[in-house]
Amino acid sequence: MILRLSGLEPLNITPEFGFAVIGERTNITGSPKFSKLILAGDFEGALAVARQQVQGGANLLDVNMDEGMIDSEAAMVRFLNLIGSEPEIARIPIMIDSSKWSVIEAGLKCVQGKSVVNSISLKNGEEEFLRQARLIRRYGAAAIVMAFDEKGQADNFQRKIDICSRAYELLTKQADFPASDIIFDPNILTIATGLEEHRNYAVDFIEATRWIKKNLPGARVSGGVSNISFSFRGNNTVREAMHAAFLFHAIRAGLDMGIVNAGQLAVYEEIEPELRERVEDVLLNRRDDATERLIEFAENVKGKDKTPVSDKAWRKDPVEKRLKHALVKGIVDYIDTDTEEARQKCERPLDVIEGPLMAGMSVVGDLFGAGKMFLPQVVKSARVMKKAVAYLLPFMEEEKSGGAKPHGRIVIATVKGDVHDIGKNIVAVVLQCNNYDVVDLGVMVPAAKILETAREKKADAIGLSGLITPSLDEMVHVAQEMQREGFRLPLLIGGATTSRAHTAVKIAPHYQASTVHVLDASRAVGVVNSLLNEELKTKFDKKLREDYERLRQEHAAKRTRKKLLTLEEARALRTPIDWSTYLPPKPEFLGVRIYAPEKTTITLADLVPFIDWSPFFHAWELRGRYPAIFDDPKIGKQARELFDDAQELLGRIVRKSLLVPRGVHALWRANSVGDDVDVYADEARSEKVATFYFLRQQMQKPPGQANHCLADFISPQSAMGNPQLADYLGGFAVSIHGADELSEEFKYQHDDYNAIITKALADRLAEAFAEYLHMQTRIAWGFGRDEQLSHADLIREKYRGIRPAAGYPACPDHAEKRTLFDLLDAEKNTGIKLTESFAMHPGATVSGLYFSHPDAKYFGVGQIGRDQVGDYATRRREPIAAVEKRLAPNLDYDI
Amino acid sequence: MATNGLHPLKALLRERIVVLDGAMGTMIQRYKLSEADYRGERFRDWKGKDLKGSLELLNLTRPQVVEEIHAAYLNAGADVIETNTFSGTTIGLHDFLFQGESTRGRKDQEFFQRVVDDVGLRALVYEINFRAARIARQAADRVANETGQQRFVGGSMGPLPVAGSISPDVNDPAFRAVSFDQLRQTYFDEAKALLEGGVDLLIVETIFDTLNGKAALFAIADALEKAGRGVPLMISGTVIDKSGRNLSGQTVEASLISLAHAQPLILGLNCSLGPDEMEPFIEELARISPHYISAYPNAGLPDALSPTGFPETAETFAPKVAKWAENGWLNVVGGCCGTTPDHIRALVKLVRQFSPRAVEATMSYT
Repeated sequence: MILRLSGLEPLNITPEFGFAVIGERTNITGSPKFSKLILAGDFEGALAVARQQVQGGANLLDVNMDEGMIDSEAAMVRFLNLIGSEPEIARIPIMIDSSKWSVIEAGLKCVQGKSVVNSISLKNGEEEFLRQARLIRRYGAAAIVMAFDEKGQADNFQRKIDICSRAYELLTKQADFPASDIIFDPNILTIATGLEEHRNYAVDFIEATRWIKKNLPGARVSGGVSNISFSFRGNNTVREAMHAAFLFHAIRAGLDMGIVNAGQLAVYEEIEPELRERVEDVLLNRRDDATERLIEFAENVKGKDKTPVSDKAWRKDPVEKRLKHALVKGIVDYIDTDTEEARQKCERPLDVIEGPLMAGMSVVGDLFGAGKMFLPQVVKSARVMKKAVAYLLPFMEEEKSGGAKPHGRIVIATVKGDVHDIGKNIVAVVLQCNNYDVVDLGVMVPAAKILETAREKKADAIGLSGLITPSLDEMVHVAQEMQREGFRLPLLIGGATTSRAHTAVKIAPHYQASTVHVLDASRAVGVVNSLLNEELKTKFDKKLREDYERLRQEHAAKRTRKKLLTLEEARALRTPIDWSTYLPPKPEFLGVRIYAPEKTTITLADLVPFIDWSPFFHAWELRGRYPAIFDDPKIGKQARELFDDAQELLGRIVRKSLLVPRGVHALWRANSVGDDVDVYADEARSEKVATFYFLRQQMQKPPGQANHCLADFISPQSAMGNPQLADYLGGFAVSIHGADELSEEFKYQHDDYNAIITKALADRLAEAFAEYLHMQTRIAWGFGRDEQLSHADLIREKYRGIRPAAGYPACPDHAEKRTLFDLLDAEKNTGIKLTESFAMHPGATVSGLYFSHPDAKYFGVGQIGRDQVGDYATRRREPIAAVEKRLAPNLDYDI
Repeated sequence: MATNGLHPLKALLRERIVVLDGAMGTMIQRYKLSEADYRGERFRDWKGKDLKGSLELLNLTRPQVVEEIHAAYLNAGADVIETNTFSGTTIGLHDFLFQGESTRGRKDQEFFQRVVDDVGLRALVYEINFRAARIARQAADRVANETGQQRFVGGSMGPLPVAGSISPDVNDPAFRAVSFDQLRQTYFDEAKALLEGGVDLLIVETIFDTLNGKAALFAIADALEKAGRGVPLMISGTVIDKSGRNLSGQTVEASLISLAHAQPLILGLNCSLGPDEMEPFIEELARISPHYISAYPNAGLPDALSPTGFPETAETFAPKVAKWAENGWLNVVGGCCGTTPDHIRALVKLVRQFSPRAVEATMSYT
């Protein structure tokens, strides 16, 4: 018989289901944190607890509001209604838990799914028991039945089974209650209390479970597990071992579900053997001195804690010093208790922020400024700060006081058309750490929205970010709009493709107020401080304008200095490949192949070995190559810590499939025609389906060197003596989905550190995916089949062929992505979206082309002249202006 | 028909696929009734809002229109006709018929308490449902006599304009405009009147929020207990789009589990979708449901350009639904919005050749 429950989704507990986890942290009587939140009226915070239980793997959520200080019925209704508006939580069934029937009934009236009542019993006699059971039936719920009768709680085996079988008879025979909706709780009672009569409690429970499952068909057994270890309050190592061992034995006896802290279950096999033995002695009542022996052992493990920081001396310091220590070291474990202690010492909650917390952060700021702390550490510190502030918020709202006065308010955004935000997020965190109020508008933000927000929020500065080249134009546009609307705020420019030169030449001239390029996150604070400080800003602005003027002059001078080859001359110097002796490899398949969890067996675990870690460190402004970076005397330790944290998160992501890889690659018949490559539908190569347009280097080179173009690596349509030399071109688009959502979850928990790691990992996995598919492509091409490449060889691309991407130096025109996406049907096959300015969404996406010729290599197109732009525009049948706009960074002339 | 002591509808379900009627609302629209028609003699001097569009009121003011539509469906071959009571509850009709003080700002539980308690409104709603049951009963019995084929009257209990588990105020997610007890009370009044009017079964249909559905089922249990009788129950949810969820976010299987305690004879889906969109969810039900399965989709998704407002004609609609019968997924078929007697006639013709889905006694969702 199946116990069927539901939230928004079904939960069918079949005999094969295994142990069902009932999340316990949303119980006001058992969780001090939850209790505090509810008493403070912070239902948002309480929802976060529920969410954490669901994410921790809870199959059901136990909700209990039994607390004398509040209106439990109202709190139950409010909380369940709020859960109803949170699909992620409402997904799973609710266990409505109260010792008061009125609270249970109030809860039953709020849930649309089939929930479980926790609990009813024979405590007040048969009549009341049956009345409640019939009502539960009419509300459409299952019920937990406690082994409790008119005489009290059942504490031994015989009483447990007597009460349970009596209740079973009554329910099935007189209340029309299906046996499969009955869940018995034969009382898990505390052991190792020192009292003789408590010694067999665990054994009694386990045996009663076995009996019920055998003799009361259809009924299930549940229990509140943490009760068992109550004697060892404060010693989590022993308690978790007891829970794990108890569950191990109880589940084998037939325990179907248990109320536990979802996400914090120890594994039986991983309990230290000696501890396990002593715990089991107590649980199974195996020897007379079992309790003493466990207590003795417990004394020794006390103090052992799961936090990696072994030195606990700092815990003895006064609370101000502890807060500082926690901030500098990025330790979140004690932040709630320490903040609470500080709050009680201070007159107002705000004093905690303005006092010890800001003092701690200013130490962090100083150390970072002095290069003694690194970005990952700062972001960790920020996490501690955010958690402390989040803790204080309910108290501050209570007394209706405002927050600490920030140094200034910055509106930041990734500009329209662009979805990349790792760098921007780091800047936001760093500024927040330094007591700036940051309004982060997210990604793909249109100019109007940025300006409107800046005005509305009375911002002191605006920061723009972008990664792809079209974003540069959008930044110019934002600057023009700011000028048009009479803004006077400083404008900050950042992101991978931005540069001081570009800002000086292309952006600053459009806007009257200070326009500054910020190289990386660590400079952001210095720049903003200078811009917003009354004394510094005049001097800073003057210097800035002088610098940028010089850059503009240098730029103008450069224009006249270097002369380009004409397009005709450059074409004469094409990459010399002798096609008469070359036979292009023929791939084993043509057309599109999709890689996604539902199509193939591709998993994240397959991609991990292909990760190139060096760029991961670069995202955090730790410069060096992996793995040598760990030996760096200055940043090695920090890199190691960051790497360990990333590994842990990566492990979790892979195990729980928190991110989803989706990719597609294809191989097509292709030949080059001049600087273009045509793709054909048929074997005769008469039906052209698409054309890729490429650009050629025009810079002057020493004699003997070629002016490359990607088309050079594909055999020409009519090669010398071998017309229609049949060549092939590959293409791919790969993406890691889900990083935005996961990252948002972390942000919601004030954990920007893991939020940023998540996105950086997604980027790495997307690159790894590209590497993985490139290997599959080489195999399909044949020549990859005998490769014997190490990880390092793969990272150094020691294989035949290349995979250049549109928007990168060899193919600077992003518009080629449109052609590629259409051929791959990438939007349909992988869910990747292409924005109007050719950014790919989600952000962790890579696309490009595969070339197989052994001489194919990466190069930069560099500056190109008017003649090539005109020729290119004609080939693409586009207006010259449109092409010039996209290729602005490559133009050798001003438009 | 030999029924061996079984309820005749249960006996018929074992034998063949049972056919429901089609739309009531879109059929009434064909009569192009005016405000005066809706008011009739009785409500000529009605002081409240205009009554045009209050379809259930026609049971009192234009009973012959309602009966004609019933007769058309019965003559088309429908085994079960539904009473014209889709919105026939105090809450469902309050916009037309509640004469108490209106509310300032959002409608809340205080307001709806006055609605469900309003003596005049409750009396009117009773009359509407009772009359509707009588009209359908008469039509069904007359055609049964004429044709020698038994016909059944299903008391239609449709959705409400308010939901028990959805906040109408995005800024206040814990807010609920209506309480479970109010939902219960409004459905109780309807169920009681339908039973007293002589329906053969009750049909809770177009359930877009399962909590509303649960309240209706609770109320039906109360009403049956009070009446001291039992009638078969049919439950029909609605899936709002291809996501396969109802408006309150539940999947088909989750809502099946949530409603199974009422031990319905028949459980299925109707409205919102046309046959093309509904197909995967009927297939899913056929895989998992221990109950007889019903399906009565709309005549496609609303299409303002087609003359009926819905694109599927009898010729295109019937084969699509009949295909489910051919696949062995179905026990009860019919049509929802936009379907006509022609649709039902075409359906009857096609589904007669297929056997009904066998319900395995061992499957249990209760």
